[in-house]
Amino acid sequence: MPPVSRALWRSVDEPAAGSDGHGPHDAHPLEFSPSRRDFMRLAAASLALAGAGCSPPAEEITPYVKSDGEPVPGVPRYFATAMSLGGAAIGVLARSDMGRPTKIEGNPTHPSSLGATDVWAQAAVLELWDPRRSQTVRRGALPMSREAFFSALGARLERLRARGGEGLRVLTRYVDSPTLEAQLRAVLERFPAARRHVWEPLHRDNSVEGARLAFGRVLEPVYRFDRADVVVALDADFLREGPGRVRYARDFAARRRADGRAGAMSRVYAIESRPTLAGAMADHRVALPVAGIERWLAQLDGQLRGAESDDPRVRAAAADLAASAGRALIVAGESLPPGAHALVHALNDALGAPGQTLQYIAPVAAAESCTASLRELTGDMHAGRVDTLLVLGGNPVYDAPADLAFGDALARVPFSAHLALRRDETSAAATWHVPATHFLEHWSDARAHDGTASVVQPLIAPLYGGTSPHALLAAVAGEPDADGHRRVRRTWTLRQAQGEREFENFWRDSLREGVVRGSAAAPVSARPRGVPYSPPAGPAGWSVRFVEDASVRDGEFAANAWLQELPRPDSKLTWDNAALLAPGSAAVLGVRTGDLVEIEAGAARVRAPVWVLPGQAEGAIAIALGYGRGTGVDAYPLRASGSPWEVRDAHVRRSDGRHAFATTQEHARMEGRDPVRRAAIADFEAGDFDLGKEQPEESLYPEWRYEGYRWGMAIDLGACIGCNACTIACQAENNIPTVGKDQVARGREMHWIRVDRYYEGDAAAPRTLFQPVPCMQCENAPCEEVCPVGATVHDSEGVNVQVYNRCVGTRFCSNNCPYKVRRFNFLQFADRESESLKAMRNPEVTVRMRGVMEKCNYCLQRITRARIETEREGRRIADGEVVTACQAACPAEAIVFGDLNDPKSRVIAAKRSPLEYALLGELNTRPRTTYLARLFNPNPDIEEG
Amino acid sequence: MAQIFRPGQILGLKLALLFVLGIVAIGVVTVYKAAGGPVAPGDAAQQPIPFSHKHHVGDDGIDCRYCHTSVEKSSFAGLPATETCMTCHSQLFTDAPMLAPLRDSAASGKPLRWTRVHDLPDFVYFDHSIHIAKGVACVECHGRVDQMPLTRRGASLEMQWCLGCHRHPEEHLRPREDVFSMQPARVTAASSPELLRLLALVPERRREDCSTCHR
Amino acid sequence: MAEVLRGRWGYASITDKIADIVLTRPVHWVWALVFGAAASGALFFFGAMGYLFVRGIGIWGVDIPVAWGYAIGNFVWWIGIGHAGTFISAFLLLLRQKWRNSINRFAEAMTLFAAGIAGVWPILHLGRPWFFYWLTPYPNVMELWPQWRSPLVWDIFAISTYLIVSLLFWYVGLVPDLATLRDRAHTRAKQVVYGLLALGWRGEARHWARFETAYLLLAGLAAPLVISVHSVVSLDFAVGNTPGWHSTLFPPYFVAGALFSGFAMVLTLAIPMRHFFGLQDFITARHLDHAAKIMLATGLIVAYGYFMEIFTAFYSGDEYEIYMTLNRMAGPYAPVYWLLMACNVIAPQLLWFRRVRRTVWLLFVLSIVINVGMWSERFMIVVTSLHRDFLPSSWGMFYPTGWDWSMLAGSIGLFTMLFLLFVRFLPAISIFEMREIAREERE
Repeated sequence: MPPVSRALWRSVDEPAAGSDGHGPHDAHPLEFSPSRRDFMRLAAASLALAGAGCSPPAEEITPYVKSDGEPVPGVPRYFATAMSLGGAAIGVLARSDMGRPTKIEGNPTHPSSLGATDVWAQAAVLELWDPRRSQTVRRGALPMSREAFFSALGARLERLRARGGEGLRVLTRYVDSPTLEAQLRAVLERFPAARRHVWEPLHRDNSVEGARLAFGRVLEPVYRFDRADVVVALDADFLREGPGRVRYARDFAARRRADGRAGAMSRVYAIESRPTLAGAMADHRVALPVAGIERWLAQLDGQLRGAESDDPRVRAAAADLAASAGRALIVAGESLPPGAHALVHALNDALGAPGQTLQYIAPVAAAESCTASLRELTGDMHAGRVDTLLVLGGNPVYDAPADLAFGDALARVPFSAHLALRRDETSAAATWHVPATHFLEHWSDARAHDGTASVVQPLIAPLYGGTSPHALLAAVAGEPDADGHRRVRRTWTLRQAQGEREFENFWRDSLREGVVRGSAAAPVSARPRGVPYSPPAGPAGWSVRFVEDASVRDGEFAANAWLQELPRPDSKLTWDNAALLAPGSAAVLGVRTGDLVEIEAGAARVRAPVWVLPGQAEGAIAIALGYGRGTGVDAYPLRASGSPWEVRDAHVRRSDGRHAFATTQEHARMEGRDPVRRAAIADFEAGDFDLGKEQPEESLYPEWRYEGYRWGMAIDLGACIGCNACTIACQAENNIPTVGKDQVARGREMHWIRVDRYYEGDAAAPRTLFQPVPCMQCENAPCEEVCPVGATVHDSEGVNVQVYNRCVGTRFCSNNCPYKVRRFNFLQFADRESESLKAMRNPEVTVRMRGVMEKCNYCLQRITRARIETEREGRRIADGEVVTACQAACPAEAIVFGDLNDPKSRVIAAKRSPLEYALLGELNTRPRTTYLARLFNPNPDIEEG
Repeated sequence: MAQIFRPGQILGLKLALLFVLGIVAIGVVTVYKAAGGPVAPGDAAQQPIPFSHKHHVGDDGIDCRYCHTSVEKSSFAGLPATETCMTCHSQLFTDAPMLAPLRDSAASGKPLRWTRVHDLPDFVYFDHSIHIAKGVACVECHGRVDQMPLTRRGASLEMQWCLGCHRHPEEHLRPREDVFSMQPARVTAASSPELLRLLALVPERRREDCSTCHR
Repeated sequence: MAEVLRGRWGYASITDKIADIVLTRPVHWVWALVFGAAASGALFFFGAMGYLFVRGIGIWGVDIPVAWGYAIGNFVWWIGIGHAGTFISAFLLLLRQKWRNSINRFAEAMTLFAAGIAGVWPILHLGRPWFFYWLTPYPNVMELWPQWRSPLVWDIFAISTYLIVSLLFWYVGLVPDLATLRDRAHTRAKQVVYGLLALGWRGEARHWARFETAYLLLAGLAAPLVISVHSVVSLDFAVGNTPGWHSTLFPPYFVAGALFSGFAMVLTLAIPMRHFFGLQDFITARHLDHAAKIMLATGLIVAYGYFMEIFTAFYSGDEYEIYMTLNRMAGPYAPVYWLLMACNVIAPQLLWFRRVRRTVWLLFVLSIVINVGMWSERFMIVVTSLHRDFLPSSWGMFYPTGWDWSMLAGSIGLFTMLFLLFVRFLPAISIFEMREIAREERE
């Protein structure tokens, strides 16, 4: 049988044969055994501080003394920390099994999370344990010691001191950490002539410049979608990109449910250049190249000022906006130029949005144009004015604008050091590469999209002896105290002028809650000044749109197998990016999916495989950034500093050759089978809508009676935004292996919950429908009847369980499953060799072996834990005490799970909705997991094609 | 023409045939027995220190929970930290040669590596805390450790053995206060309703569900 | 009407003729050549099994949704082929069809080999083949039993019964001839081996009496199996809810298909055999004609099955059934569908013509065509039904890998090898039963 990581000492240092080790002691098969003590100290420290009233001062707890701080072996603990990405943090709770971070959950008290996470937070544990992480300092290709680097750096700094730091440059990504900010300042104080620069490939320069145009200073809008009755999104995927996405999804979804209140549902217009989640959720969607969107915006502006647009959609949208002033919101995406952003600020102001549906705050991280900043830096590098360059994270050699030729510039810098998790292009080009620490490995702090600060606390000592950006800057600034924990505390002691004792309380609370109370940025009231805006004429040639990838973002996560194998929400592609073409455009070029096209913009040429995607704007090609290393196509060569998001007048021609994609969904039409049921809110409120529900068939047999619990689930398709967080959360929770591109192409992906994507209507302007499909836990389960060995059976709580150790692998169950949610280990998919991956796995879930079937089981391990804990206390499990991994991760709260025997449970309430229906109910499988139909709120004045 | 086989040969053939059949039968039986899993009680495993439960529990009367601290809180009963042993052995038998590994461990910080005596397959999820909470005494599975100079496995730990108790728990339960006692259970009129209440929390079928132990 | 035994043959001559094939006739180079090819195929088959057990069934093209592939298709195909043998020897015996006597022996051998190979596939197809015995009921420390509602469990019983009974029936029928060979053998080795196998048969009247009863009883046992085995196999599909499987038509339709393919295989084997060993007098045009007629009849039943499937799909008005039918005809796997229509429905119609039934080479070609057709039918049932079932989102394709093809070829190699060995070492035609015919002809 598969080796089970049930608890640390079972999982790690035992041979697959598996005679159990013992107790926490031999918990360390991993190479980092020497650092075990500090790891325990750190874990204990954070926990001593996190858990209230743990008397002993953290630093003094030694492992395995039976003191209060000592964790109970085999019982997971949660630590609040934060993960920052693109200049804004999401608060998370990291689960620690015997000191091993094994799972990330959202932090309910954190404003950017409210308990949910995005796909990147879920993938963080794999990022941490990835055996291919950089493990040694290198000078060029030569492995060096950490000390060697720091002494070299020290010597260098000595010489720099003489000239006040002239020639010293520090390049960071967006800085959302107060401590890091303070350290950078300290560095500049010590080296007055030094300069700091910032480069974020997925930057927000257009917003920054737009705000500057409108307000004369940089301000950031924080949206309140829960207050918006009418939303117009201009090429803005606020559900997936940019700061606050998780929170926005929650607020947004809250207004897409039918909760009985008339007019409770918001109406969304999405005008966009490529398919987005926001567009998929929209009631009205218009696909245009960016230039077209700008013209659309101008028309909207005119319409609102009394002019008459010839586009009925513009008229209707304008009417809607005007009618709901104070409850309206216009969101501009990064692809729009500063002018457009300024205009949107003006319009929002005119619609009374500020203070209602949005709030302006001083920028959290994006305070300046990083293109300008990087241009200045590369200029100086080329000019030889830079002799020491410290690159903290990021990978500019790969993702800097092509015209800045950062790589060549770097070659001219005598001393450059690159701090990164993996050895990438920049590491190779820099003179030094220093392995960085993962955010679960170091002390830091980070600010959320609304400015709220969190303390980032480590759960484990650096696995591969990494260096944190703080430690590096400390060396540069010549800080005496190298201790990360004290450093972050110091930042906050300075900020909170208060007594010792108060501070201790403050610090403990901040760690336990994962947020620094009252640290949200203060709202700024500002009136935009009118800025004349004239949209461009239509582009003559093709428009090539660079988009943030739903999995690898800017390329940062390109090495993360979970993310690579996660189907992209729109195309359901895995392990690849593609030139996304609208059906019409494909016809024009005479290409079909899999053909290659050559895209030529300026001097740059890129050959990319075509994926024909309904809903893509005609005349525009969307291509995701971040690929071209091992898989996919690198689009960065096309991306110049002047055109960060869209190249206009590009030349595109058919090129020969074919490319094989791996997609998880080959068929996108519903074939009249209506797996996703829809209703318009108006009809719903009027009560005349028909979901075509089947009546459950009569049976001669008596109903099975469930005495104890009866678990069930409801999935609200009106709320689901199709973000895939559930899929990857399930993967992390249930030790689901990745199989690689080849196996996905063979139809062998292992995800227990998949998000189906269907198109409805005209392929040029389709409506996109998402449907998460886990195991339905059928009452009359077809799989159970045909299993010859009874490896899949109902348990007394109604869960259709899969008993791996009984399964012989006939696969009859999968054939007989109408939902095809069962997954089979055709080969030995789970990696049973890599030690670090063993340590990463959930100890409460079996690691499946080759030849057995597996599937969703409602997170049985979570139910079991809750049952055991409550029974020890002699009570029943309360509603909401068991939360499945998918439910926990879902930003839209689309998934509700609970006890169907408890009349007051939330799941019962959900299932009472008239929108409730069973998928393929006509088969009389009687699923326990049922759906709430998708609601739309179309504008009656617009008749959709 | 001449007979190919003489009567004697024929008899020999028949006997040979019988013999082969016999071998096969024996083979089948032995294989079946072997497939039946580890046979109880096992021998005492080789341990770094010949730890005697008889001495510590039987003679000194140390409570189980003194060393197996998490038995009531966690699936894992917990093994004593070196420090726990040293609480006494920093005073007692301080130079006993057999305790050398313990002292080394205390000095070096390297853990002792005991050999597991009660080893369940990795796909079985056993939880000590819930069994204790339900009134299953340690002796039920571990036997009279207070009489074991070297720890041995008392039970077969086969699935049918687990099921035996899961199907008919009545005679295996005892009042909470007796759970850690090595003596036979004394179920009084007063305590029996309490036991039933503990049981009643789980519907009977739950105790036989696959998902109770496997997932 | 041609006769069952052509020319004038007496006891002795018949015995000489058939026994000499085994005892004296030297190895013919054609035999050696074919045997070499078949044996290497078989060898590869075993090698491939080894690799399969090490790597897992992922080496095949199976996936989700098409979780069953060639393994199951081949299984059904082979087991079907087996049927003709039992039908000939048991059914026709009970029906007193004397003409069967000249073909039942090798037909049974064919049954045995085919069924044996068929039985291997379901085990190979398991994800964890080393646990196949969990499908059988036996007392165990887990206190677990098979899940009786699963047709796969019924399969185990159906197939094992079938194997045992056919083996007994075949062997019992062989005993008198083994005795004959023993007595005619020249070398000591042959005498001993055949002697052992002959179980001391001396041809006494008592022996014959016992023999007749036993043979008849076994026939009585075997006859119902012809129906039961493939009916149970068909339930592996019919019990499932997949459109294209879930049909009450399956049992009769499968049995007919089995006999259809079985008789095709009988011809595929008989025609070369009678040619190479000069058995034209024993396996006469009459036999071929009969076989052809049975093929025609069963072929028509199969065709009826096809058309009923289409009819019920549309008559039921079930959207899934209707789509499945259309998908078979026009979907990605349409060529397979039309191939099997051509092979199993169109081609057999030639058998209406006496001329065709009497043209040996044409019959041979037809028999091959039908075997191909029947295999494509299994492919259609297994793959085409699975690849597009209920939820469009989970529709997928199945692409056979090299291992799929080569292991199918390997199993055919194994079958051929076994059969070649059989004709070399055992009387391919029942000597004593031919004698009966000779006697009756004389009277």
